[in-house]
Amino acid sequence: MKNHVYKPLLVVLGVVVLILAIRMVYVPKDFGVGDRGYMYGWHRHANEEDWKNFKVKYQGREYCKDCHSDKYSKIMSTPHKIIQCENCHGPAIDHPADPPKLVIDKSRAHCLRCHFPLPYPSSNRSKIKGIDPQKHNPDMECSACHNPHNPMEGLR
Amino acid sequence: MITRRNFLKNTVLGLTGMALPFAAFEIIDPKKLMAQEAADKSAVRWVFLVDTYKCVGCGLCVKACKTENEIPYDANVTRTWVERYVLTKQGKLLADTPKGARDGFTTTKIDLGQGNFQDIKKEDIEKAFFVPKLCNQCENPPCVQVCPVGATYQTPDGVVLVDRTWCIGCGYCIMGCPYGVRFFHPVYQTAEKCNFCYHRITKGMKPACVDACPFGARRIGNIKDPHDPVTKIIMTQRVGILKEEYGTKPQVFYIGLSKEVK
Repeated sequence: MKNHVYKPLLVVLGVVVLILAIRMVYVPKDFGVGDRGYMYGWHRHANEEDWKNFKVKYQGREYCKDCHSDKYSKIMSTPHKIIQCENCHGPAIDHPADPPKLVIDKSRAHCLRCHFPLPYPSSNRSKIKGIDPQKHNPDMECSACHNPHNPMEGLR
Repeated sequence: MITRRNFLKNTVLGLTGMALPFAAFEIIDPKKLMAQEAADKSAVRWVFLVDTYKCVGCGLCVKACKTENEIPYDANVTRTWVERYVLTKQGKLLADTPKGARDGFTTTKIDLGQGNFQDIKKEDIEKAFFVPKLCNQCENPPCVQVCPVGATYQTPDGVVLVDRTWCIGCGYCIMGCPYGVRFFHPVYQTAEKCNFCYHRITKGMKPACVDACPFGARRIGNIKDPHDPVTKIIMTQRVGILKEEYGTKPQVFYIGLSKEVK
């Protein structure tokens, strides 16, 4: 061990060992190569479960159907049946426990998403009936006259 | 003493040694190879189908996505968005996606950016349409290759996920994605992207955007199931993909794709 080369070599080896020791403690046990190999599958496996356990917010109209059967059957007989309840009423999350009441989007802007006329010949948008929001009863909520659950029925 | 013979011999040996990859010393384990084969036979490979004819640009998909996936609603970032393309009779192409179409398209004025708008008269429109965009969950995801820490990866069912606890926020993946679907999450400060609502599809539900679309413009399917209606359409009808030339093998298929769409 007299050789002057060995001393710095030992220091380097010490650093390598230290890094490997830190890595052993720091990197989770389930970190490794997944099914897609090193290039696409190098990850912490528990993260797949983390994402699967992410909270679902939009429950779909089947979730609303049983308690609000009157509203459900009404809208299902109209052209608005294609619109999910939660698109206007907001995500159900754990309703009725949490939140006990949903906030309904009654804004004109919400109806105009589809009912602002855009004359685009190669899009189905041009086939939806629209209104000019500047001329058609400005400053009034659409639902003051039109029932969103039954848009074809007579005005309120 | 160094002779010329020894010097040359050692040089050649040294260079050869350096050129050998570590993989050459790996002992091939048949069990591991079998496992990789088996993984390939995973019963599910999620794909997406977008029908641009059906899209009317209402933006309900974007609204639902932002709420479902806890993307700050007023921040100008989104996992999915809808683009509007308007081609004039003079051959001019205009495209916009104000706020990612979170509030839909409620004006004929095209957003040119920096507060400038251009109104195109009905008579001047040659063709105009909407194109929803989302992560393509590429078979060869370039965003995953560039991650230096293994924070983003592809699951066996083909979805690319981001590990928020492991991401260091270097942004390589955001630059690496040719489709521009990645962004920084304003709250977590980590890379963020569409994951086909992985928490929903693994529970048998549909992604929030698919459920929210009133017109059926968005659909999800399993390409490994030959009886899946989405698979049947992809296999038998004319569908397009985005930026095929990059070799990323995107798994979002479009009906009615036009050459103007980038």
